[in-house]
Amino acid sequence: MTSLGGPNVTAIVFFIIFIVMSLGITVWASRKTRTADQFYTAGRSVTAFQNGLALAGDYMSAASFLGIVGLVSTSGFDGLLYSIGFLVGWPVVMFLIAEPLRNLGRYTFADVLAARLRAKPIRIAASVGALAVITFYLIAQMVGAGNLIRLLFGLQYEFAVMIVGVVMLAYVLFGGMMATTWVQIVKAVLLLGGATLLAVLVLARFGMNPLALFAEAQAQYGDTVLGPGRLVTDPLDAMSLGLALMLGTAGLPHILMRFYTVRDARTARTSVGYATAFIGFFYLLTFILGFGAMVIVGRKVIMAVDAGGNMAAPLLAEVVGGTPFLGFIAAVAFATILAVVAGLTLSGAATLSHDLWVNVVRGAHVEEREQLVVARVATVVLAALSIILGITFKGQNVAYMVGLAFAIAASANFPALVLSIFWSRLTTAGAQASMLIGTVSTLALIYLSPTIQIDVLKHADAWFPLRNPGIITIPLSFVTAILVSLLRPVPADARRFVELERQLHLGVD
Amino acid sequence: MPTHSTLEAVSAARWRIAASLTVAMMVAYFGFVLLVAFNKPLLGTPVVPGLSLGMLLGALVIVVAWVLTWIYISWANAHYDASVDGLR
Repeated sequence: MTSLGGPNVTAIVFFIIFIVMSLGITVWASRKTRTADQFYTAGRSVTAFQNGLALAGDYMSAASFLGIVGLVSTSGFDGLLYSIGFLVGWPVVMFLIAEPLRNLGRYTFADVLAARLRAKPIRIAASVGALAVITFYLIAQMVGAGNLIRLLFGLQYEFAVMIVGVVMLAYVLFGGMMATTWVQIVKAVLLLGGATLLAVLVLARFGMNPLALFAEAQAQYGDTVLGPGRLVTDPLDAMSLGLALMLGTAGLPHILMRFYTVRDARTARTSVGYATAFIGFFYLLTFILGFGAMVIVGRKVIMAVDAGGNMAAPLLAEVVGGTPFLGFIAAVAFATILAVVAGLTLSGAATLSHDLWVNVVRGAHVEEREQLVVARVATVVLAALSIILGITFKGQNVAYMVGLAFAIAASANFPALVLSIFWSRLTTAGAQASMLIGTVSTLALIYLSPTIQIDVLKHADAWFPLRNPGIITIPLSFVTAILVSLLRPVPADARRFVELERQLHLGVD
Repeated sequence: MPTHSTLEAVSAARWRIAASLTVAMMVAYFGFVLLVAFNKPLLGTPVVPGLSLGMLLGALVIVVAWVLTWIYISWANAHYDASVDGLR
């Protein structure tokens, strides 16, 4: 029998250690957070290795740790499709985005668009995409946090959501990017370490041979667990999800913002290399953890605790390492949520204060002090909003919201960003239209999809057949940008591209 | 202006590499996804006991992502950085 759901002493001890340590980091970081530059970019002092870990920390959310391990434990091979899909976006970030972004912008990805195009209108459009992604991502994380903490520690949902909101507020408000980065680094090390240890404990039961583990899964649950099964029914839907996962990574505001925390483009490049290595390693571990939970814990037990399978990893930890190890993994999962929510909030604050307030409302003529004050006010607003959203969406199925966030990131942010970096004829109107149509079409098609119509609203059928709209909305967004730009060419926008070419490669000297 | 033509050459070279590596990643990944979608029985075939072709190819996609990333970093460190420094 599992002790999951009751108060777990080790979990609470580990969690308190993490909170004390991370608040200690925040106090230290707050002394280095006196300017807007330090608040948003940690003074650009983060090294490649540190940023690689922080990127991995921002990306490996509790959804991917608990969710994918759970999915593999209940669906076998099909769950692995997510592990792979979540990794393949990273090379795209590396090849197309990281270095130009670092050289052309200061705090947000909208800086890149604003450098090339008419700044005010383009920042407004980019903020719509950025805030939509951040909001849906935040809802998924906050609801996940509430449910998870209730299951792991037996705490009340609303209480758990408030703890996450308040602690994360402390990190971002006082420690800015410096604290957020170090919290990510600590969390990434804990998560990678905990997952590795768990995988080693699982493999120890199979002579350290993963194939023996997979063979055992096959023996217990039949041949189908190792091959594609019922999750992938529609080829178009599989492609569509794949596109959104791959290109969405390169449009996530909180990930893109990390490239401003390093010294130069070269460091940004190396940091993506580290991040890709860490994240790939982590997702390879999910192969072992997922099948390990399937074999050692058993599907019935996993699904009895949580129908979605989300508790597979903690249950596995309890069986192979006892209650203390369960406590450790539970604390790591909690820390993971805190860190991801902090990263999201900081990037949302940057959009609200840097993009909208400083550059749109105040026309970029803003004193240092005001920038910091506005950034902190935005942080408080976002923290309050995330607590309210977390409580509002209590008990609702929000699993699709991470997919929705990726779909918007891929359809609204990615096309305009990549075209502004590589295509001289992109115009302000083209980029605006692309971002707005990308956001609106994604929201509309998700609303009409089986995800909302059948799963959430319980209608008999859905107007739009695909669960993920990426295969329609990503090309639509590209075509819109290209058509609008070609139909009404703007020589000034094209000239600006040529002027920026040097900065794109050399940065600001 | 000589600097300008060099800048164009640097841009073109970087675009070529970035585009080819992106296409390579997409081919590997979407090739895998299409196989999953259209030929499920094939991917369920065991390669050795305990390992299906699908799992092997899936793990290989992750390895391909690593290798392409590594190719880009070594190209950029060896060639791109030098030519960018030449522009200064």
